[in-house]
Amino acid sequence: MDAIILQILNGLDKGSAYALIALGLTLIFGTLGVVNFAHGALFMIGAFCAVSLSRLLQLSYTTIDETQKDFLGKPLKVETAYVESWFGPELGSAIIDWAVPLAILLTIPVMLFVGYAMERGLIKHFYKRPHADQILVTFGLAIVLQEVIKYFFGANPIPTPAPSAYVGSLDFGVMLGFDPNVIIYPYWRLVYFLFSLIIIGAVFAFLQFTTFGMVVRAGMADRETVGLLGIDIDKRFTLMFGIAAAVAGLAGVMYTPILSPNYHMGMDFLVLSFVVVVVGGMGSLPGAVLAGFLLGVLQSFASMNEIKAIIPGIDQIIIYLVAIVILLTRPRGLMGRKGVMED
Amino acid sequence: MSKMNFSRRGVLKTGAIAGAGLTLPTYLRADAHAGFTNAPTGSTVKLGFNVPQTGPYAQEGLDELDAYYLAVEHLNGGGDGGMLNTFSSKVLDGTGILGKKVEYVTGDTQTKSDVARASAQSMIQKDGVVMVTGGSSSGVAVAVQSLCQEAGVIFMAALTHSNDTTGKDRKRNGFRYFFNAYMSGAALAPVLSNVYGNERRAYHLTADYTWGWTQEESIKASTEALGWETVQTVRTPVGAGDFSSYIAPVLNSGADTLILNHYGGDMVNSLTQAVQFGLRDKMVNGKQFEVIVPLYSELMAAGAGANIQGVYGSMNWNWQLQDAGTQAFVKSFGEKYGRPPSGSAHTAYVQTILYADAVTRAGTFNPCGVVEALEDFEFDGMGIGQTLYRGSDHQCFKDVLIMKGADNPTNQYDTLEIVEVTPRAQVEYPDDHPMFAGGELGACNPGA
Repeated sequence: MDAIILQILNGLDKGSAYALIALGLTLIFGTLGVVNFAHGALFMIGAFCAVSLSRLLQLSYTTIDETQKDFLGKPLKVETAYVESWFGPELGSAIIDWAVPLAILLTIPVMLFVGYAMERGLIKHFYKRPHADQILVTFGLAIVLQEVIKYFFGANPIPTPAPSAYVGSLDFGVMLGFDPNVIIYPYWRLVYFLFSLIIIGAVFAFLQFTTFGMVVRAGMADRETVGLLGIDIDKRFTLMFGIAAAVAGLAGVMYTPILSPNYHMGMDFLVLSFVVVVVGGMGSLPGAVLAGFLLGVLQSFASMNEIKAIIPGIDQIIIYLVAIVILLTRPRGLMGRKGVMED
Repeated sequence: MSKMNFSRRGVLKTGAIAGAGLTLPTYLRADAHAGFTNAPTGSTVKLGFNVPQTGPYAQEGLDELDAYYLAVEHLNGGGDGGMLNTFSSKVLDGTGILGKKVEYVTGDTQTKSDVARASAQSMIQKDGVVMVTGGSSSGVAVAVQSLCQEAGVIFMAALTHSNDTTGKDRKRNGFRYFFNAYMSGAALAPVLSNVYGNERRAYHLTADYTWGWTQEESIKASTEALGWETVQTVRTPVGAGDFSSYIAPVLNSGADTLILNHYGGDMVNSLTQAVQFGLRDKMVNGKQFEVIVPLYSELMAAGAGANIQGVYGSMNWNWQLQDAGTQAFVKSFGEKYGRPPSGSAHTAYVQTILYADAVTRAGTFNPCGVVEALEDFEFDGMGIGQTLYRGSDHQCFKDVLIMKGADNPTNQYDTLEIVEVTPRAQVEYPDDHPMFAGGELGACNPGA
């Protein structure tokens, strides 16, 4: 029982990332009808916003400490961060320590701008082109973006830790009546799960309870009719692209303490997220979220030794296996709408 | 009187064949005029540095590359000469190799065997290198070693720790200076016995390729010989990134020790995540839960930060050693790059110098001459005591370091401390040991 609870918890944080990326993908597909293969790159750019802010906060000046020696026996060069000298060592190091959560403030405007620029600058020229063209151009864009990141940040993963207050883990088992140290869950993964729930809730609330959201939903259902009512739906859809980019970016920022960012992390998540979208049902926002969590948890279960003993290698293929089964039994996915991607 | 029978067609045919022969890649026709692949003809000789510059082992590869540049500088008479001054063989004089200036080409293996082979092939065929060196993955090293054997060039393996490289996949044209998984197990076991006792239950997480398999086999054998029980061995994909779903089952497996047969970025991620899951704070079977990383490197230690404090592992070499060779190398490398060299960098540097020395002693770049010069070559002054390049399997035998994550690091490089220098005699084994069985060096191939 404890192993099952542990794997459910473990799958939830992975599922949170899948759900957030898939949510953005579905928003773009549902509004603009574009299959955006550059969405993983947006997740990656978000993660690198955290890296950039962390580096920015750690910008430092060098002083020579004659009392200490370096590995060559020369006087030690001591680096002091500007932030520490401006705000004092305690507050300065606390600011550096909280770089990842603080990066959220940087990521939202950056990602809104990146999303807006991407849609206006490139993707809008492909609205009337076949899906294959859209896939090719967005895939190409993803490669360009990851090469740009590689150029500036190098090829290696960059450790970006969580604030020290969130290092360590919660003894979840004790809360459920198990013995101590049986079900342990790292604090930051719990934070990530709760964060994703907040973002998902905010997106749904925005679409459900605001006039803007109502118009967007109406546009997703029948774009032409909304246009005939004199509403500039294109402008709203462009903004939705920006919001989808921001959701992907925020998913990336908060994921950095779990997985050190590298330039190809977006591609790693993209393929899985597309499977999530297809399993959830193309164009269905609740479907994307449900499938994200479902596949995350299933992937975790498949890594259990008891399961792998029965079917070796299942942990590597489980997501695709589930996708095949669901598409065979429910061709529109779990919550797919009739008419989407169907001629 | 002989009759000369030239026909127009005959002359054209002969000319065409000769022309085609001359336009063949150098490595295919080199043997015809010089007896071996890519025989250097001008005033320079080219070496190929084939390392991962991207992928999970990229950091090790980039450090190796810096060491190769330094070795070339020293061979060509630049810098302070580094370990050329402490090396027991004194034939290298800073005028290149056999009077030819050393040049190089580099390649990115991406830590993938097929990419590494393609890169090495291009170096041999297009760039005309006489020696290929590199590696940060045994899968890559085994693949490139086999290619070099077929092509008739020398392969000086850098970072490869699998028993197979000089075991079942050994080749006459390939040489390994780095230690291997068996040696790690043999050196670690007595220390683990002293520190953690003889009643432990171990859980292995293992990188799913040749290095991981042989390390798991070696560590399992040596710990079980102590009386430890192996609870489970689990294979994980290389570059998995998030290992949490593999670590979670460890919590309730009844194991009190986690052995991470991971390297590079994978080890940084798996160790960090193991600590995040509170493994090191657990008490199991009345004992403190412990993590062991059998193969350590300074770069991994730096990446894992405070998570490695108190974690035991083994190393081929470390910059904190106090012998003259180490000090000379640390000074050269440190002054050029502003940081101490890693163990990977040390191996890369030493292998380049050993190759140059062997060529000079043999008086030829012919791989068969180099093989002869390196086999059973005994040397000192390269950083870790008296060393033997055993002729029967091309494995170097020397002391092995047992390391521990420093409890109170005083600076960013002070991440590991040397616990013990295990003497060479303790890690030696016969060349037909079961873990190394099934391989044949075969004959030397000069590319004929």
